[in-house]
Amino acid sequence: MKMPLSALLGLIFTGGFFFAAIFADVLAPYPLEMAVGKVWEPPSATYWLGTDTIGRDILSRLIYGGQITIFVATASSLLAFGLGSILGFTAVTQGGLVDQLLSRLVDLMMAIPSLIIALVVLVVLPRTLITLILLMGILDATRVFRLSRAVAMDIAVMDYVEAAKLRGERQGWIIFREILPNALSPLVAELGLRFIFAVLFISTLSFLGLGIQPPLADWGGMVQENKDGLIYGKAAALMPALAIAVLAISVNLVADWVLSRTTSLKGGRGG
Amino acid sequence: MAEDRAVGSLLEIRNLKIEATAYPPGEPPRHVVLVDDVSVSVQKGRVLGLIGESGAGKSTIGLAAMAFGRGGVRLTGGQILLNGRDIRGADVGTLRALRGREVTYVAQSAAAAFNPAKRLMEQVIETTLLHGVMGRAEAEARAVALFRKLGLPNPETFGSRFPHQVSGGQLQRAMTAMALCPKPELVVFDEPTTALDVTTQIEVLAAIKEAIHDTGVAALYITHDLAVVTQVADDILVLRGGRRVEYGTTDQIINAPREEYTRALVSVRSIDHVEKPQAPSILSVAGVTARYKGTTFDVLKTVTVDLAPGQTLAVVGESGSGKSTLARVITGLLPAAEGRITFAGRPLSPDLASRTKDDLRELQMIYQMADTAMNPRQTVGTIIGRPLEFYFGLKGEAKRAQVQDLLDQIEMGKGYIDRYPAELSGGQKQRVCIARALAAKPKLIICDEVTSALDPLVADGILKLLLTLQAQEGVAYLFITHDLATVRAIADRIAVMYRGAVVRYGSKTDVLTPPFDDYTDLLLSSVPEMKLGWLEGVLAHRKMDSAGN
Amino acid sequence: MHPVLILVTQRVALGLLLLLAVSVVIFVGTEALPGDVASAILGQSATPESLANLREELGLNQSPIARYFTWMGGLLTGDLGVALTNGQDIGQAIAQRMGNTIFLAACAAVISVPLAILLGLLAARYAGRWPDKVISGITLSTISLPEFVAGYFLIYLLTQIIPIFQPVAMIFPGMSFWAKLHAVALPVIVLVLVVLAHMMRMTRAAILNVMQSAYIETAELKGLSPMAVIWRHALPNAVAPIVSVVVINLAYLVVGVVVVEVVFSYNALGKYLVDHVAKRDLPVVQAVGMIFAAVYIGLNILADVVSIVANPRLRHPK
Repeated sequence: MKMPLSALLGLIFTGGFFFAAIFADVLAPYPLEMAVGKVWEPPSATYWLGTDTIGRDILSRLIYGGQITIFVATASSLLAFGLGSILGFTAVTQGGLVDQLLSRLVDLMMAIPSLIIALVVLVVLPRTLITLILLMGILDATRVFRLSRAVAMDIAVMDYVEAAKLRGERQGWIIFREILPNALSPLVAELGLRFIFAVLFISTLSFLGLGIQPPLADWGGMVQENKDGLIYGKAAALMPALAIAVLAISVNLVADWVLSRTTSLKGGRGG
Repeated sequence: MAEDRAVGSLLEIRNLKIEATAYPPGEPPRHVVLVDDVSVSVQKGRVLGLIGESGAGKSTIGLAAMAFGRGGVRLTGGQILLNGRDIRGADVGTLRALRGREVTYVAQSAAAAFNPAKRLMEQVIETTLLHGVMGRAEAEARAVALFRKLGLPNPETFGSRFPHQVSGGQLQRAMTAMALCPKPELVVFDEPTTALDVTTQIEVLAAIKEAIHDTGVAALYITHDLAVVTQVADDILVLRGGRRVEYGTTDQIINAPREEYTRALVSVRSIDHVEKPQAPSILSVAGVTARYKGTTFDVLKTVTVDLAPGQTLAVVGESGSGKSTLARVITGLLPAAEGRITFAGRPLSPDLASRTKDDLRELQMIYQMADTAMNPRQTVGTIIGRPLEFYFGLKGEAKRAQVQDLLDQIEMGKGYIDRYPAELSGGQKQRVCIARALAAKPKLIICDEVTSALDPLVADGILKLLLTLQAQEGVAYLFITHDLATVRAIADRIAVMYRGAVVRYGSKTDVLTPPFDDYTDLLLSSVPEMKLGWLEGVLAHRKMDSAGN
Repeated sequence: MHPVLILVTQRVALGLLLLLAVSVVIFVGTEALPGDVASAILGQSATPESLANLREELGLNQSPIARYFTWMGGLLTGDLGVALTNGQDIGQAIAQRMGNTIFLAACAAVISVPLAILLGLLAARYAGRWPDKVISGITLSTISLPEFVAGYFLIYLLTQIIPIFQPVAMIFPGMSFWAKLHAVALPVIVLVLVVLAHMMRMTRAAILNVMQSAYIETAELKGLSPMAVIWRHALPNAVAPIVSVVVINLAYLVVGVVVVEVVFSYNALGKYLVDHVAKRDLPVVQAVGMIFAAVYIGLNILADVVSIVANPRLRHPK
């Protein structure tokens, strides 16, 4: 299986970001909260990416911020994925009233943009990590639900599923042996897209001041802290912005590749 | 022979080579030769039939007559002479002036080939106006005349309808009118009747033949059905794998084929099956009526049929006759609303969920599309092995040995057990599905159009295999099909279905021997036979009948 | 009654029902969540007296159902109540800002719609070739950018490196139209970038879908020129999907506007909403959230209606 260059680059960058997030404590040259230099110093040998609005090392904050951003995004996209796909499969295999109820509920939630729902709910909810992860996970689960329901629905009408039913197979065999193996590839690609969405979502919320609260730092929040410097030509805010963009594009490239491969996986041993 | 035909030929194809680049996703691009070294000619006013199985390159050659290649298809070698000038590699302007004017095209699926957003008349006269053949009023008058000639209802107002407002058979005729309207010299018919039911096909076929004859146009008639092409073509070119097999007059090809492949095509469905005597039944369907949940319309109306062990009951009918619904009712997927089904001496619960494991095991099913009947993520070994494991608890080596035995039985032999369905040919896939059904040691197998998606020679092999297995295992078949040739080949008893009811039922000989009821008569007489003049004979017979009434 | 009319009526009625359901969601989402709303709003500054006052002010002593109907009645009669933070009339505050939001969104729409269709056509015309790859590559990157990231890159580029714009989009009554346009140029560019990618991709897909139909091949085999094929056979069938793509993406602007207004400190509805979420000003957020949701749903209904009306099968039943 030959991998296109774009997907390879995407994989390398994605891997790099996750590596930095996991080993943040080892990699970061300075502590998160310590003002080590002057305000908005340009990049130098001491501070590779310069310093921020109160003189903290941007590289270190970027690494720690990445840890929070990636952690929250991973947690909420896994939650969205688990919740959405389980409910989606349940809707298909149960059918009838269960399907109707779940589908209408999801229609309702998707009738309003997620950001608007989040803003409305965050007016009263405490802005803690747990709330944010739950909120984003549940909002995003609607999309996973739609996809997994559609995919499972396509497979459930296949003759081989009917053949299994006629054979007298149990529900478990039909879901795990007949439907799931064929639904996996599109769902894995979807996981990548959901992760990007979560990164963008949490960054946007933090940028608006409604996401991760100090003393914790994440990339969206870092843009907000340093945005005023741009007017004076200080590029500090662009570092976290760039990090968000590169992470999102890298994951997108990988997901695109997985998705394009699924069309060829009609069978065979491509995996 | 080819030499003297070249004189005055309208279309003269010489050593045509057609290539394409395939882009399988995730794999490097692959170069394929679709047509290689094919030469053929069509004279003014004559009809050439192009015949072959799927992948023979017949449609590709048909489109090449308009110097057109679908997708990445390239006409890479040889000459395509239309009225003496080579149009292969002609400039775009020349081709545009010729397409839709000198050569026109009738597609297989008229339903897809008509623009859904425009009225039929606009589309039928579009090229006539575009190429300035005649003015609008004259073109519309010609279109109406063609509608009338092709037997379309209300020819005066037919053109004001939208494509979705008329039936499939009517659309196919409208497309023929569209092709004939600009007074072309050559019309390419690409499987124009394949998608139609058999009783509609004969009408459309007759209309096309008469229109060709009356307008004196030359035609390329592409089909996989030798009996159909026999009715319309003067000459026939037999193709296989993009190469020419045999080329001659229709009479010679049908009655004195020289090549072995042609002989096989002509003699296909030559299975000689003598019906078995009536016997006590293994399956008995009594007065079954069925309707879909939440509806009041009966899709099956008091159906009663019986089937003896080791015999075959063929259920024949056109689309919408309820024959596949009968299968769903017997398998329990659609519980019957009324009536009883008795299987192997015990009453069969109408609902799938409340049947015993033995009921399920002894009643197996084979589907039309082997592609979708097998999980693409499972190997042949898993697919055939599962019923062995599920019903008989076989595991490991014992299971594997049994799977291999079954593979031997379906004449596939070694080396397939670890393959995936995608790595098999169409015929092999259907064989694996048969083995899966056989693995359950069933008493009855329901075969739902199992040969319809296959090329005739492959289908023939499958039918022979089914008969052999029946003799070995004593299994009964409920064989659902729309193809009467298949019925003749394998049935012991026949049930003819029409609009949800069985209109004729009995032993093969009884059902196929006159006197017939009206529908069976129509159905039987509509099946094309590989005989010159058959179409005219049937039509004359029908005209006489209706005159007599 | 004509089947198209019936379907359209059904769709609009369904939309109104949805709006009603959404109002319940917004109400429940803000007031029926676990925990006490008053203490959530006041946070650590809560004293027993201030809590009691706030409960009184929010009507928390009434039942939730009664409160919902009071709120709903207010919404329908245009009485949106007063803001908790400064006692300002919410209806008035919204009226002042609504025009600015519409101005911003309209500018973005006027530029992005034709541009997206043009690029979509271009990408579809050269599908798989380099113009398509370039366009698709660029749009793939802009899809991955959140609005604020794109915004700050542009601010840095167009106010610092090439100083032609102001980093803050200030418009006020009495400004000339051209001055206003210049002021909103940067936020409009950001919105266009963000919406363009989605709109162009979906347009491309819609056109390719039509171009792969059998009737397009029929037209080619009739000897029609490529322009005639597109104009007479592709376009009549592609209009409906393209229009609904456009409308759906205009709905997407609703989200973009909120963030972009904050980035450029543009005094309009979105910024008003975000500011009051931060201040936990419940009545303001409920009212503005409802407005955004209504616009979003309205546009989606419009997209559905367009595709119903454009379908020949429905317009000319058998």
